[in-house]
Amino acid sequence: MEEKVKEIIQQYRGDKSYLVPILQDVQREFNYLPKDALCAVSTHLSVPISRVYEVVTFYKAFSLKPKGRCQLSLCLGTACHVRGAELIAGNISDILGIKEGDTTADLEFSFETVGCLGACALGPILVVNGEYHGHMNIAKSTKILKKLGKKGASDDEQD
Amino acid sequence: MINLTIDNKKIEAEAGQTILAVARENGIVIPTLCSHESLEPSGACRLCVVEIKHGKRTRVVTSCLYTVTEGLTVDTKSERVMAVRRLVLQLLLARCPESVQLRELAGEMGVAPEPRFTPDKDNVKCILCRMCVRTCEKVVGVSAIGFSYRGMEKTVCTPFKEDSATCIGCGACAYVCPTGHIEMETTATDDSRTIWGRTFKMQACKVCGRYFAPEDQLTYISEKTGVPAEDLAVCVSCR
Amino acid sequence: MMSKIESFDELKSLQERLKAGRDPKKPCVTICVGTGCLAYGTQKLVDNFREELAKRNLAEKIDFRTTGCHGFCERGPMVIISPEKIFYQRVGLADAGEIIDKTVLKGEVIDRLLYVDPATGVKVVHEDDVPFYKKQTRLVFGLNSKVDPESMEDYLAIGGYSALGKALTGMKPEAIIQEVIKANLRGRGGGGFPAGWKWDSTRKAKGEPKYIVCNADEGDPGAYMDRSLLEGNPHLVLEGMIIGAYAIGSSEGYIYVRNEYPLAVKNINTAIRQAREAGLLGANILGSGFSFDVKINRGGGAFVCGESSALFASLEGRAGEPRAKYIHATDKGLYDKPTNLNNVETWANVPFIIDRGADWYAGIGTENSKGTKIFSLVGKINNTGLVEVPMGTTLREIVFEIGGGIPDGLKFKAIQTGGPSGGCIPEKYLDLRVDFDELTKIGSMMGSGGMIVMDERNCMVDVARYFTNFLVSESCGKCVPCREGVRRMRDILVDIADGKGREGDVELLEKMSAAVIDGALCALGNSAPNPVLSTIRHFRDEYKAHIEEKRCPAGVCKALITYSVDAEKCTGCMVCSKVCPTGAASGERKKAHTIDPAKCTKCGACRESCKFDSIIVK
Repeated sequence: MEEKVKEIIQQYRGDKSYLVPILQDVQREFNYLPKDALCAVSTHLSVPISRVYEVVTFYKAFSLKPKGRCQLSLCLGTACHVRGAELIAGNISDILGIKEGDTTADLEFSFETVGCLGACALGPILVVNGEYHGHMNIAKSTKILKKLGKKGASDDEQD
Repeated sequence: MINLTIDNKKIEAEAGQTILAVARENGIVIPTLCSHESLEPSGACRLCVVEIKHGKRTRVVTSCLYTVTEGLTVDTKSERVMAVRRLVLQLLLARCPESVQLRELAGEMGVAPEPRFTPDKDNVKCILCRMCVRTCEKVVGVSAIGFSYRGMEKTVCTPFKEDSATCIGCGACAYVCPTGHIEMETTATDDSRTIWGRTFKMQACKVCGRYFAPEDQLTYISEKTGVPAEDLAVCVSCR
Repeated sequence: MMSKIESFDELKSLQERLKAGRDPKKPCVTICVGTGCLAYGTQKLVDNFREELAKRNLAEKIDFRTTGCHGFCERGPMVIISPEKIFYQRVGLADAGEIIDKTVLKGEVIDRLLYVDPATGVKVVHEDDVPFYKKQTRLVFGLNSKVDPESMEDYLAIGGYSALGKALTGMKPEAIIQEVIKANLRGRGGGGFPAGWKWDSTRKAKGEPKYIVCNADEGDPGAYMDRSLLEGNPHLVLEGMIIGAYAIGSSEGYIYVRNEYPLAVKNINTAIRQAREAGLLGANILGSGFSFDVKINRGGGAFVCGESSALFASLEGRAGEPRAKYIHATDKGLYDKPTNLNNVETWANVPFIIDRGADWYAGIGTENSKGTKIFSLVGKINNTGLVEVPMGTTLREIVFEIGGGIPDGLKFKAIQTGGPSGGCIPEKYLDLRVDFDELTKIGSMMGSGGMIVMDERNCMVDVARYFTNFLVSESCGKCVPCREGVRRMRDILVDIADGKGREGDVELLEKMSAAVIDGALCALGNSAPNPVLSTIRHFRDEYKAHIEEKRCPAGVCKALITYSVDAEKCTGCMVCSKVCPTGAASGERKKAHTIDPAKCTKCGACRESCKFDSIIVK
């Protein structure tokens, strides 16, 4: 792990100003930011670990916990909000049993709400592992989760 | 020399001085919560705001950061200023209802808590004045503590909220904390102290035997200055 | 791989050559592949076209171009067939073969793919006749349809980089600045500060090196103009930056792009590589002796980093906390050096000013707001998309003539402009002319260009709560008025929405707003109360209803509404009982259903699925 971190730092010529892009690359490499990787960044970039921790926790892009196999992002931008996105967020949270920003205990699903994806004509939008699903509504979100392997409460009653 | 007016008083100041420094030199009181003589101003608490007029424009600015200019007019108690200070104190009182210092300061300034702000219940006395972090970074130089998260979740802590390997137990952060939020416990015999969850063995003075500083702190000073650790094991009174 | 262009003359010859190599009569198929259209699955259509063209051996005879966003996002996927500029919208992902055979080869129009003007019922064949486009002035954004963002040749063929050549070889830096001042180009990111004066201050400031920065951290939810410009025409933005750098005397530039814009990052990176190969970035550009290069930095996911001092902190590898701006960035900005920061759209306007002159530019717009502005028109609107109009166009023209009005026969209620720093504007102000100054008179602002349309089913208390909540989660937390004050305002708004509002809450919110505006450290904080203040100002009655009557007139705030079934309209189809997660909606087949309020969680699934409009929410 340390070698990989050193490699990434070298790509940015060890420039401390590039802490944020370096952390983004490290996160892409390991699917999240393990503590050891962050300590390695601190050591090899000569930045105090307290500042690395501050930057990691300040920016929403970073995750100290592993992400789920299925990453769901629901846009809560203003356009999507006025089209009812909050009700969809509630539905997804209910079905997965987690709050937004969390990952299910079995590491299968991560659910987050994001600012604005800028595809407002299709709002509300749910992104599943990078794939955009537009014109989202409550029923569709339940269907998608079902397809991904998570049944909704109403389905349990019927089946 | 710069000529300016503060609260209708004509004052002469030197270029580069902040309004706060000039006010204090001239006996004008401006309250502060995040200002410290050993630290660069941060402008975080907003308590030191004043209303300035330059030409036709008036503005509310923090006096700890704004440098004086020729012909500046400053009002340290205008309605807008008092409204900001009142809100700041009410917000902090609601955030840290347990803080004696905040209640005293609010009392001095005639500010009563706002009943509509439900006081927070988590016993946090930290007002995020940033003095501890600034001290640790700039004065002590170890950056053992720092900020984490943002907005309402912002806290001062050690990295990962675990024991900090870089902390030298100097206690400067606890000393400078205005509300006593940072706790440092010492044993009855003074032979060790605990801060930020880590216990530090104290060094006894070679001459008088009094415990006076953490061993880790002396090691740090030794590394920085090149002075051997044994030579540093003498307390200030015995030097 | 482009070879180095050594002089302005060489650039001109290359442009001529590339332009001549394009036969305007040659058939061309253009498809938009901006992020919005890609979300419709347009990549499949693109692949389909490539396949079908290859099958018919037409790859040489027919030009095929993928471009950035055209702006009519509501109607994607879109295909334009030139030279006639036949406009197809909502194209099926497997329609390529049919379009080639019928339209491209035989000139036949496929009816079902045509845009039908809802106002007249008339089918529109040509792109220029589509009302959505016709009423715009697509000066800057219009170029998107003409270039493949990954092709520098496309940009050169339409005259790209002429302005740069003219500036570098024929104008002194001070003269360029004077031109931009004369044109009165004001910052398009929301601040509206005159760009020319900013350039001038930076040029005159003491300290080296000087930096120029492009702020592409577009964070206002609902605004995606900058993303589409950067995705669709990155060379235009680059050209503006190089001209600016020359005028200011800077040789180092940064483009700070939001992390959530991967396609924009990809395309601007490609453009930079191409520009370097062509010698338009790097040392001795076009033999002028001027050197300049640019780096890309991605944001980490923080709205506050759209604020310039927080942006600089992020570029410096720190948390995005703003700092006091009593000393301007033009004197001490990035790394405490003189820095000129401008928004993407601002940079994109520069080549036009240099190319055609300040007088021409100042002929567009209003007295104090020159040029055009790109807006994102989203929300409860028929024609969701990006529109570009001259400054001074009225809200009514934008919403109704270009936007096509409100869908589903509902009524316009408000338009929110300026993002979380702006406010909601009610119907009676629809005839206001949009520019930097007009909207501030009624408590809003033009901002970066986001325009969110709302109808009678949107609750203004809920909207205020939404924006305030957004700001609470994006606040950096450094100063007390924003961190604690905006949060307390949010808590009061949540109470009001939950039916727990108290007498005096509105007055308290107004009082707190004034102190937060005065006391906050940065622009996020001191504009945070705007959504609350503007909704109180224009929709005070709604607040009263929530507080005094515990009623949500728009039927949105969950705690104040009940779902019930209209027995007269209900057909007993049982769809609602199937989708209801708690069993609250129930009934027998073909008999009127009921909703048990004790079990109902107001999730909205029944209303969404009912085809007979029998769910009553109030």
